[in-house]
Amino acid sequence: MASSAVSTERTISVTVNGTTYEREVEARKLLIHFVRDDLDLTGSHIGCDTGNCGACSMIVDGTLVKSCMMLAVQADGATIETVEGLAAGDELNALQQSFSAHHALQCGYCTPGMLMSATALLRENPHPSDDEIKKALQGNICRCTGYWNIFEAVKAAAE
Amino acid sequence: MTTTTIAPEQVEQQQETWSGQNVPRKEDRRLVQGQGVFVDDVKRHGMGYLHFVRSPYAHAHITAIDVSKAEEHPGVYGTLTGEEVAALTDPFFQIASVPGANVKDYALAVGKVRYVGEPIVAVVAETREAARDASELVEVEYEPLAAITDARHAQDEGVPTIHEDAGGNLMWNGVYEWGDLDAAFSEADRVVKIDELHFHRFNSTPLECDGALVEYNRGTGQWTITTNNQFPGFAIIMMGPAMRVGLDKLRFVTQDIGGGFGNKITSHPQLVACCLLARKLNRPVQWTEWRTDFHLSMSHGNERWFQDTEVAVKSDGTLLGFRTKALDDAGAYLRYEPLGGVIWAQVTPGMYKWQHVRVDFTQVATNKAPVSPNRGYSRMQHLWFTERVIDIVAHELDLDPVEVRKRNYIKAADMPYTTPNGCVYDSGDYAKMLDIALDLVDYAGIGAKRADAAARGKLLGVGIGSTLDSGTNNFGQSRLINPELQFSGNNEVATVKLDIFGEIVVTLGTTPQGQGHETTAAQVVADILKCSVDDVYVRAGHDSYWNSHAGFSGTYASQFAVTGLSAVKGATEMLREEIFKLAGAIFGGVPPEALELADGGVRIKDNPEAFLPFMACGAIINANNAGLPEDLGVTLNCRYVYRPPFEVPDVERKYGNLTLTYAAQVHVAVVEIDPETGYYEVVDYAAVDDCGKRIHPQIVEGQVMGATAQALGAAVHENYVYDEDGNLLTPNFYDYHVPHALDMPPLKTGYVESASPFTPLGTKGMGEGGGAGIHAVCAAVQDALRDHGGALVWDSCNPYHRVWEMLNDPTKGARVEVVAQ
Repeated sequence: MASSAVSTERTISVTVNGTTYEREVEARKLLIHFVRDDLDLTGSHIGCDTGNCGACSMIVDGTLVKSCMMLAVQADGATIETVEGLAAGDELNALQQSFSAHHALQCGYCTPGMLMSATALLRENPHPSDDEIKKALQGNICRCTGYWNIFEAVKAAAE
Repeated sequence: MTTTTIAPEQVEQQQETWSGQNVPRKEDRRLVQGQGVFVDDVKRHGMGYLHFVRSPYAHAHITAIDVSKAEEHPGVYGTLTGEEVAALTDPFFQIASVPGANVKDYALAVGKVRYVGEPIVAVVAETREAARDASELVEVEYEPLAAITDARHAQDEGVPTIHEDAGGNLMWNGVYEWGDLDAAFSEADRVVKIDELHFHRFNSTPLECDGALVEYNRGTGQWTITTNNQFPGFAIIMMGPAMRVGLDKLRFVTQDIGGGFGNKITSHPQLVACCLLARKLNRPVQWTEWRTDFHLSMSHGNERWFQDTEVAVKSDGTLLGFRTKALDDAGAYLRYEPLGGVIWAQVTPGMYKWQHVRVDFTQVATNKAPVSPNRGYSRMQHLWFTERVIDIVAHELDLDPVEVRKRNYIKAADMPYTTPNGCVYDSGDYAKMLDIALDLVDYAGIGAKRADAAARGKLLGVGIGSTLDSGTNNFGQSRLINPELQFSGNNEVATVKLDIFGEIVVTLGTTPQGQGHETTAAQVVADILKCSVDDVYVRAGHDSYWNSHAGFSGTYASQFAVTGLSAVKGATEMLREEIFKLAGAIFGGVPPEALELADGGVRIKDNPEAFLPFMACGAIINANNAGLPEDLGVTLNCRYVYRPPFEVPDVERKYGNLTLTYAAQVHVAVVEIDPETGYYEVVDYAAVDDCGKRIHPQIVEGQVMGATAQALGAAVHENYVYDEDGNLLTPNFYDYHVPHALDMPPLKTGYVESASPFTPLGTKGMGEGGGAGIHAVCAAVQDALRDHGGALVWDSCNPYHRVWEMLNDPTKGARVEVVAQ
């Protein structure tokens, strides 16, 4: 994949959902493209390319990140959590179950990012107020649901 | 962000069927685990990534294109230019009659660019990044031309012509007139004249952009197009003739689609480019649109002007008739247009008893992105107009907007109601819906709330949006646009089979984008086969090679609950009859009426121990069939095509039933405006929906919520704004603000269930919502301004600065004159 005379590649190591991957990666490659294209973990999505929509949200070293706003090389050595790591085997976690029970998803495209934002919220703040839930979801765009059911799902999962 | 749901007064009947219950969605399990398969998730060995070089000019001749540097760029597999496209394909078929029929539209620009963002060259490379880099090395020379961005001036003398072949910028014109306008205007006490109203340009911006992975089979000459196009039936009839191949050479495959809202109907030009490159380069070609590409080039909603409107009205607010000139800005190409020029006529009188209507409808080309269907397609624009008219008339005659609506609503007792243009509204009780909606926002106590807001320095306004979501198109309406067209009716297909181990397998012709088709189809099947929804496997997605594909297959225009589910019902009933036939033979000549389905099998009513499980049925037919009667005629693999009862409309009179069902929405918005800044918030909101029988109430409510949110976004923020040179000023989610969680008002929902007498399940298509939120917010803003200058809302998008302008200068509102007769 040498697309330039000057070497712009680096070898990085990341641990995603408990599995460690070592890959050569172009220095300019975004983390989301790396995870989706190179690691074939396609649960995290791309909706805007500009950091507005949150479809690519992941938790990197414990911090919620929009992975289109970060280079893959910046994640070298990081521990990353994506939507694929939420369920325990076949068992959906409480948040995933709540999203389904409250019809908090329609097309499901924003859902992985929503789930990661909500996961990060509930980890830091297990009993959020209504406003805190809305603020935590503010960085994630959903075009199907109008957010009402997503809010209810997160609230129920917190309870 | 609270939601309240109000059920109708009747106590809900105890459910004994799967239909009507909120069973868990079959789709959810994969989607909440990131296991959905969206188009960009699909990979193939050796695939190349496609990137489009796009026009920086709104209007220019292309004088030279040089791709040599791009092709030399490391990792590049090849390119495609407009010149090659013009040699390898024919222009896309045009729906329009002359002059629009003469437009030549190809997969890439040929000789000329007509909007900023128009694809000119496609570059395919080993990586997304290399394709993008190489695209910057493509050298294009332009000779810029003046751009036209205001439809009102597209036909002025001296303006440049966008499509020379069409001989001008007029694309289509048709005059619709029903009733007796002269009589209506002579009978009127007042004529309300509205100079100009404007419905703005926006779309639903599905979070997943368009895309495709296209493979070419050199041996069979067949393409497999894995894509998120939501109307393969339409794409195929556009692409096949252009590519000079039979339709079966184009196989469309989809699993999950990340939102569509109509915006993913017209990706056929890009798909053709992918097909040509997959063949040329002999490798799979992957294309995923970037967000800015989508905003620049894909499916803007119809921007419409209503000019010189005149409304004939009695002093008591009885509406007699109206005439207007509708002017659609179609953008640079007619990709689905000029169908917007007739689709509105499905809801000609809105919810009202107007008898006399004249609409002089014109579509023109401009140097903006092509328009195409967007949730509420064309009806939304017209319904916004009728709602604006109601509220302006009420204001001018000093009448109560609630009373004017109730006085003029078509009544429940009048259903089914034939409109002046021959459409038949199937059922509904609009006044009741309005009452429920008003109760939900405590309209009786609104005076106190107004006073409370005033005490806080805020202006409170209440507005109603009452709309229809017409569904299940009669494609014969296209003949009102172009009498030469040979489309009519509609259809959808489903297959239901019993496999060898008794598995019940359903295939649909539809392309769902979150509407839960797998779930609702399973509910319908389970009710007929008397089994659990868990026993029904509905294949995810769409494959035109599944034999469940028909000419109008797809998911669009509010029809699945009618077309899709009726096909499912038909196929399942066929299967039931076959099971009876088989079991009757096995049981030694028992007639079907003596049999029943229960507990995952078939049994003799009077002898339940004579039981044949589905597994045995499947096994006998598929693998153990020796000795069965030769004339049994059972395959346990049933295909049913649902065809709604339509006639071809009368082209001369422009008269006929254009859609089968009319779901209804009444929304009420309460806003509070800060007069200092024009900033306003929706502080209370009610959405009442009637879509006939609801198979899955939670999914229905989810559609209502989604349509509401999109309407609120469009009413306040979302707008494709162009400068006078034709540059799009809102090409990403920074500048094009879509609502976030914090933007959402408290929502109260209610429903009425008026079963459709015309559909097999009593259902109506729904989901588009008719833009009710836009109408309600416009009305609410106008109401808030009533005692503060009295500006009349004239645009469908009212960002804070526009409200501030109207507050400070009421002449910035609609120009209206009332003439006493």
